[in-house]
Amino acid sequence: MSTRASTLTGRIMSAPSIIVLFLWMAVPLGMTIYFSFLRYNLLSPGMEEWIGTLNYEFFLTDPAFFASLTNTLLLVGSVLVITVVGGILLGLMLDQPIFGRGILRLLVIAPFFIMPTVNALVWKNLLMDPVSGMFAWLASLLGLPAIDWFTNIPLTSIIIMVSWQWLPFAVLILLTALQSLDRDQKEAAQMDGAGPVSIFFYITLPHLSRAITVVVLIETIFLLTVFAEIFVTTGGGPGLATTNIAFLVYTQALLQYDVGGASAGGIVAVILANIVAIFLIRLIGKNLDN
Amino acid sequence: MENKQTPLGYISFSVFAWIVGLLIFFPIFWMVLTSFKSELEAVSIPPSFISFDWTLENYAEVQERSNYFKFAMNSVILAVGSTLVGLVFAVTCAWAMAFNPTKRTKNALLWMLSTKMMPPVGVLVPIYLLFRDWGLLDTRFGLIMVLFLMNLPIMVWMLYTYFKEIPTDILEAARMDGATLPKEIIFVLLPMAVPGIASTMLLNVILAWNEAFWTLNLTTSDAAPLTAFIASYSSPEGLFWAKLSAASTLAVAPILVIGWFSQKQLVRGLTFGAVK
Amino acid sequence: MKRVMGAALGALLAGGIAHANAETKLTIATVNNGDMIRMQKLTGDFTAKNPDISLEWVTLEENTLRQRVTTDIATKGGQYDVMTIGTYEVPIWAEKGWLAPLDGLGADYDVDDIMPAIRSAVSKDDALYAAPFYGESSMMMYRTDLFEKAGIKIDGRLTWDQTLEIAQKLHDPDNGVYGICLRGKAGWGENMALITTMGNAYGARWFDEEWKPTFDGPEWKTALDMYTNILGNYGPPGATSNGFNENLSLFNSGKCGMWIDATVAASFVTNPKDSKVADKVGFTESPCAVTCNGANWLWAWNLGIPMGSQKVEAAQKFIAWATSKEYLELVASKEGWANVPPGTRMSLYKNPEYTSAAPFAAKTLAAIESADPVNSTLKPKPYIGVQFAAIPEFQGIGTIVGQQFSAALAGQSSVAEALSAAQSSTDRTMRKAGYY
Repeated sequence: MSTRASTLTGRIMSAPSIIVLFLWMAVPLGMTIYFSFLRYNLLSPGMEEWIGTLNYEFFLTDPAFFASLTNTLLLVGSVLVITVVGGILLGLMLDQPIFGRGILRLLVIAPFFIMPTVNALVWKNLLMDPVSGMFAWLASLLGLPAIDWFTNIPLTSIIIMVSWQWLPFAVLILLTALQSLDRDQKEAAQMDGAGPVSIFFYITLPHLSRAITVVVLIETIFLLTVFAEIFVTTGGGPGLATTNIAFLVYTQALLQYDVGGASAGGIVAVILANIVAIFLIRLIGKNLDN
Repeated sequence: MENKQTPLGYISFSVFAWIVGLLIFFPIFWMVLTSFKSELEAVSIPPSFISFDWTLENYAEVQERSNYFKFAMNSVILAVGSTLVGLVFAVTCAWAMAFNPTKRTKNALLWMLSTKMMPPVGVLVPIYLLFRDWGLLDTRFGLIMVLFLMNLPIMVWMLYTYFKEIPTDILEAARMDGATLPKEIIFVLLPMAVPGIASTMLLNVILAWNEAFWTLNLTTSDAAPLTAFIASYSSPEGLFWAKLSAASTLAVAPILVIGWFSQKQLVRGLTFGAVK
Repeated sequence: MKRVMGAALGALLAGGIAHANAETKLTIATVNNGDMIRMQKLTGDFTAKNPDISLEWVTLEENTLRQRVTTDIATKGGQYDVMTIGTYEVPIWAEKGWLAPLDGLGADYDVDDIMPAIRSAVSKDDALYAAPFYGESSMMMYRTDLFEKAGIKIDGRLTWDQTLEIAQKLHDPDNGVYGICLRGKAGWGENMALITTMGNAYGARWFDEEWKPTFDGPEWKTALDMYTNILGNYGPPGATSNGFNENLSLFNSGKCGMWIDATVAASFVTNPKDSKVADKVGFTESPCAVTCNGANWLWAWNLGIPMGSQKVEAAQKFIAWATSKEYLELVASKEGWANVPPGTRMSLYKNPEYTSAAPFAAKTLAAIESADPVNSTLKPKPYIGVQFAAIPEFQGIGTIVGQQFSAALAGQSSVAEALSAAQSSTDRTMRKAGYY
């Protein structure tokens, strides 16, 4: 179908976006690559000097690097699993006849519209505070000791907050997909004596596969760079327990003002992101093509 | 699955569903409630649900200290502005990718998406230097550009998946009838793609509204949106939870209301391909 | 007709230009602490006296503010005309020539009234590079009622061992009272401020004369053992996320037996509007160990002007207003003497109205006067600063070490592991920065 002429128009039409994105990427990226080979501290301007790959050596041999890589993957993976599974369950739930379903739906999707900063502040101060938070009070009602969220299970706490934010997104998409499921097909299966479980696995789940792909892809993009929730609550700690790659680069850039090191970190992050992207596309990309 | 529900089943399932829904919504409810408490009440244990002295003091204090409407106006301008600019670029790009794909289309799309996975703080200094040299620091224009570029990949990708579902015969028929390319896009493609475009725009508005890194680091006062407004209420010295709750409620209220009203449109474009 | 229009237009334009000339807009970056919020609310007083200057406030949370102003001044972004900066930044920035010297504060400003310790912290070669807005040291606040009940009397300056004993006696978590509240949240200005003063008391220092970190020495080991023991066993739950604020709300709701923190906390804990224990608070110096040298910190928030600003004159007018004696009186007349920004001017502590309104004044003054940024450790050190080292790398180092120490407090690693991790990460940074 793509004749020569239409390919040309295609090129012309897609050119502006690609060009601006390319500039947006290329100019800062070029500068970043250049900086990553310099000893360049923002607080010592005029003292820049070429130090080769030293920044990369320091970044990659930093004990924090491996920890943050693990944390990033754990965070992304857990939130994906929680939101997809939770999203399917909630989607199935909201697909049933329920009293006041429209309003209930609004309540469930609300967290998606909340700013990450506000999300973190509310969870940290109003809910998870071990002395005057809501959860501490609930625990004391049950006669249990209060959970010391950000000390004992810091990464889990972050995962809970981030999942709360993204669960509604998954619900929104999966619910719509569920609603488009052909009722006749389900009924036919029921007639044939299929139980709810096998209907779910043989009819519902395959039908949802493309919606799940959309959820996974979009969420991954945002989850790889989760920052505000960590910055506001744990500051990456205790120790390195909640430092992810984005936060590690932040400590280089805005705590140490080590532009060289941060640039090297940024480049490493880009490379890792691309690996994840390729992996992701291999894994689920076929779903996008029909 | 539970088509033949008994009334009892309906009621008990409804109760169950509402409990789940209220639990999910609880943090937001609690934030709004706390914003009407005094600072001492906000931290008292056991927490009080209704029987406290309802007060508007926090809102008054917040409004006295910072001009909420200025921040909110900036948020609106940035979110809408970046969305509109983004749309122009994204529609053309997605059109080309969907209807005139080349061998590299998929790679280009992937590459676009991967640009979003880089931690923004890694390029803060280069961007800050460029913005300084171009005089774009603390300007709405500069920020609109950044937000537009931030979200462009998502927009292109969403529109691309949407456009791909539109049967090409219709476009070809229009072309046969002698429609020029701009006409083809404006009069044939766009009307069919309204749901997809609406949802792309909505998602983009939400993302731009909530973006808290660039909006905080590239603005000072003239262009500062609600994310900067929040930053002046988080963790000062002294008790702050009630005031912070009030500020937070103000900051999320507009986008929450918009989101609620438009949830159906929001989802339609995102799932068009997915529900087939 | 045309001419009239033209004239009117001309007048309008001229008026517009005159107006633009008349008004200098100062953009002021400041922290969202109570004293600064009060300053913001008093804007009207300044603009009434200086009708040709208008003020634009950018109030931000401390960490965000710091990263904004540092990025801006280092890149010469020129976004702010007046910046609120700490005693950590002033010597570094003044050295680099980033701050305009404050030489136009006016004849009646009375520079000599500024407390010597603070003044030296914001001066270079006797020239003022930032004007202190409020200053603080650290001290111990304790519950007089609980001390009485337990039969504890404070006799002279406490040692950390005695403090540990008291904490053990007071600790009663079943009744919601924890022996001691201390900072545990990781950060160079958070837990490290306190832990460094503890280290100083135990004879430790950040760097030796060769700029080598000294976390492998026995002094840090004893200090950190004491810290994790006293706070881990006799402190509140969630101590690793407690900073100044969290501890303040704990203390105010009556949950801490003792609390060692900034002297500015004194006016909060004695304010009956915010505190349940306002009339039951006593004040004493922060504990010593092998030495009292550097056992309490010194900090001030200051107003400075970035070099190259076009509005230095107006900015100096503003700074002179905000840090003057008259400003203190203005706050006192509006909000009472207990709410004036403390710790910068000697005359405030000689004012009987203030000392009677603020029972903690004498202790605050003593604490600030005893803190010496130059001579704050038992052994010699190459850096300036009591609870920090005024080198650009310190923010990053302090935060990372703070993380490691908070991991030790959380029990995720042992004290020895935390110290060796701190040693190696600090060593890496210093090596990379080219100190050796």
